[in-house]
Amino acid sequence: MEVVFTEFPWGIILILLPLMAGMICFLWPRMAQVLGLVTTFSITLSVAGLAWQMLDTGVYRHAVGGWGAPLGIDLYADGLSLLMLATTALVGFAISVYSAAYFEREDATRFWPLWLFLLAALNALFLSSDIFNIYVTFELMGLAAVALVALAGGRDALGGAMRYLLTALLGSLAYLLGVALLYHGFGTVDIALLAERVDASPVVWAALGLMGAGLLLKTAVFPLHFWLPPAHASAPAPVSALLSALVVKASFYILLRLWLEVFEPLVGSEGVYTLLGLLGAMAVLWGSVQALRQTRLKLLIAYSTVAQIGYLFLAFPLAAAAGVTAWSAAAYLALSHALAKAAMFLAAGNLVRFGGHDRIADLDRVVQRLPLTASAFALAGVSIMGLPPSGGFIGKWLMLEAALAQGRWDLVAVMIVGGLLAAGYIFKVLGYAFTQADVVHESKTVPTSMEWAALLLALGAVLLGFLAVPVLSLVGIGDPFGISEVRP
Amino acid sequence: MNWNRWLLLPLLLALTAGLSYAVLSLPDHAPGLQEMVAVKMEVSGVSHPVTAVLLNFRGYDTLLEMVVLLLALLGVWSLGGTALRREAPPGLVLDTLARVLVPLLILVAAYLLWVGAHAPGGAFQAGAVLGASGVLLLLAGWCPRVGLMAWPLRLLLVAGPATFVVMAALLYMFEGQLLEFPPAQAGMLILILETAATVSIGVTLAALFLGGRPQSDKEHT
Amino acid sequence: MSAPFLYALVGMGLFSLGLYGLIVYAHLLRKILALNVMGSGIFLVLVALAKRTGEAPPDAVPHAMVITGIVVAVSATALALTLMLKLTAETGRAELPNEGKE
Repeated sequence: MEVVFTEFPWGIILILLPLMAGMICFLWPRMAQVLGLVTTFSITLSVAGLAWQMLDTGVYRHAVGGWGAPLGIDLYADGLSLLMLATTALVGFAISVYSAAYFEREDATRFWPLWLFLLAALNALFLSSDIFNIYVTFELMGLAAVALVALAGGRDALGGAMRYLLTALLGSLAYLLGVALLYHGFGTVDIALLAERVDASPVVWAALGLMGAGLLLKTAVFPLHFWLPPAHASAPAPVSALLSALVVKASFYILLRLWLEVFEPLVGSEGVYTLLGLLGAMAVLWGSVQALRQTRLKLLIAYSTVAQIGYLFLAFPLAAAAGVTAWSAAAYLALSHALAKAAMFLAAGNLVRFGGHDRIADLDRVVQRLPLTASAFALAGVSIMGLPPSGGFIGKWLMLEAALAQGRWDLVAVMIVGGLLAAGYIFKVLGYAFTQADVVHESKTVPTSMEWAALLLALGAVLLGFLAVPVLSLVGIGDPFGISEVRP
Repeated sequence: MNWNRWLLLPLLLALTAGLSYAVLSLPDHAPGLQEMVAVKMEVSGVSHPVTAVLLNFRGYDTLLEMVVLLLALLGVWSLGGTALRREAPPGLVLDTLARVLVPLLILVAAYLLWVGAHAPGGAFQAGAVLGASGVLLLLAGWCPRVGLMAWPLRLLLVAGPATFVVMAALLYMFEGQLLEFPPAQAGMLILILETAATVSIGVTLAALFLGGRPQSDKEHT
Repeated sequence: MSAPFLYALVGMGLFSLGLYGLIVYAHLLRKILALNVMGSGIFLVLVALAKRTGEAPPDAVPHAMVITGIVVAVSATALALTLMLKLTAETGRAELPNEGKE
């Protein structure tokens, strides 16, 4: 039995199963919902299987076609990939349960194939070790995400989707030009081989600039964040959750991976670190301030995403001297944010379903009438603010620790101010949720599964506060942050 | 917006200059992966390097890109809206041209598919020609009454990527690696893949041109 | 400067031209066309530099990458155009709502 688990091709299943399921949903629309739920559940099990396998045998590497790099494409998973895959599987499953109740018949037959293909793209991206292959997965992901945003219909959603598509394509093209330069400079597109062959030449600087710009645009880092609020706010609630929790993290993961493996060892210059840290700090402050100013709930949550992404980039200046702590903090923050933000958007979806609107000022005694949803929002808020116990607290604590140790008082100040501003907008929403609105609105019932999906995700974010040690040791498989790396 | 443009121009010029400098710094002679491709091509089942790379060495990329094409169609259909239909009948020139060209285009597509094994050609080129013939038919006024045929149409659309995924899985089970073609049967397997891909690509491109989901007979006003 | 590098520089120029067009023009069709021009520029860079093999035939891997890239670009353009048509039908103007970017 043990042999079965470690020999099974979990990595391949993670990619092929959603592809196949998506196509079957397309052929057989009536089975779409059932098939979607079964598939996302199986993906969760497969990730668990992969984790077991990796705990046993270390990093996972698979040469597709039997050729091996540089001629063929390699699949590769280490601790960081595993963390992203696990996040995708768990959050994806919760959102699937939510979506089963959220979408009606016609919308449902459109939603499920698109979501399953998005899932396949995410898995393929986290498992890939080939930068051109990653480009194709980015496009798959981008088209699926745009189509999902446009499902809502109407002027806002279509406008948001169009802006999202244009910026996603721009980011991908910049990334592709970087890939072209790297290939022609070093004769391979495999990350591991590039890490060996790359040297400090103008081509590498150009590639870093291009790919960095493209990935920063896709990750919505200030000032390239303009496309995110319209897209995330006007999409259907489960789609907003998917985008903020998962899709935005994918480009961050690639940026991190390329930085650690290919660019950092030779470029490693103060300038890049400082720039990224500065952008992150401005994202935190600007995003939080904008969130405070919003009158619509989903826009508030979207700007909160902009701010939280900024925290991830604060790890860059800290990593110069305290690599593992800073990167682990960023990884933990990414995981907690995924759970918490998804919970928030799902809770917002419940509120919109309930009251027919998402104006914050008119949230009419939600705490009494939708206690589960209100608790979900509050618990998710705990993680976003960085209060103990929660995953957000662990991430911020690690980062504060690193900043204090290096005497980076400016970053400490940014983090504290960011936390205070986050508390501001979270409590603003909760405040209105407790009180009676001026105008009473007619309410519709919210299916229980939708409320529970949101609550369980929020509980997960809080639970992460207790799981720091096991999660971080899992992330350490394969040593993704390169503490003990020796370059040949 | 004028001052914006004057700010943008020098920035873009600087960008172009920097990128050009990076390009010019590349060595004059760099074989890249050409030698490795030439050596391994014998066991790849085809004798044209581009087809070998596309369908065998980097077949995984091709699998994903076929899904991208299908996904674009899914996106277009999920946006809703009706298919654009021509109201006036086509002129004589277009009508005759369509009648003459479409069978010719289908033949050319089949030829391109076959010749891809040892000369420039293959699934994508053939699929594009097939798609063009579909577009020509649509321009000439063909109103596909595909409501009754919805299921076969979807099957055709999915045939390419589905064959790829199924073959990838089967090859894993038999050969131990994803998409590892056994050298003896590689040529035939690749031809099967390419045929399914050609059909899918052609139908998908024509469907993309059509726009919204084709209407059934019942919905025609 | 040999032929491959000349074409590669043209490709870079197309990339920048496309980028300019994407940022400056408000009409969506022009933006989509600008993206296509950028894509063509990148494909030109890929294919041109593949010819640096001297006497041997050109490197086939970039050619395959360009074929993949073209298919992806066609798919994205199709989705973008349909989205543009729907947006125009909804708002009456083929432009991004809320005065463009920023």
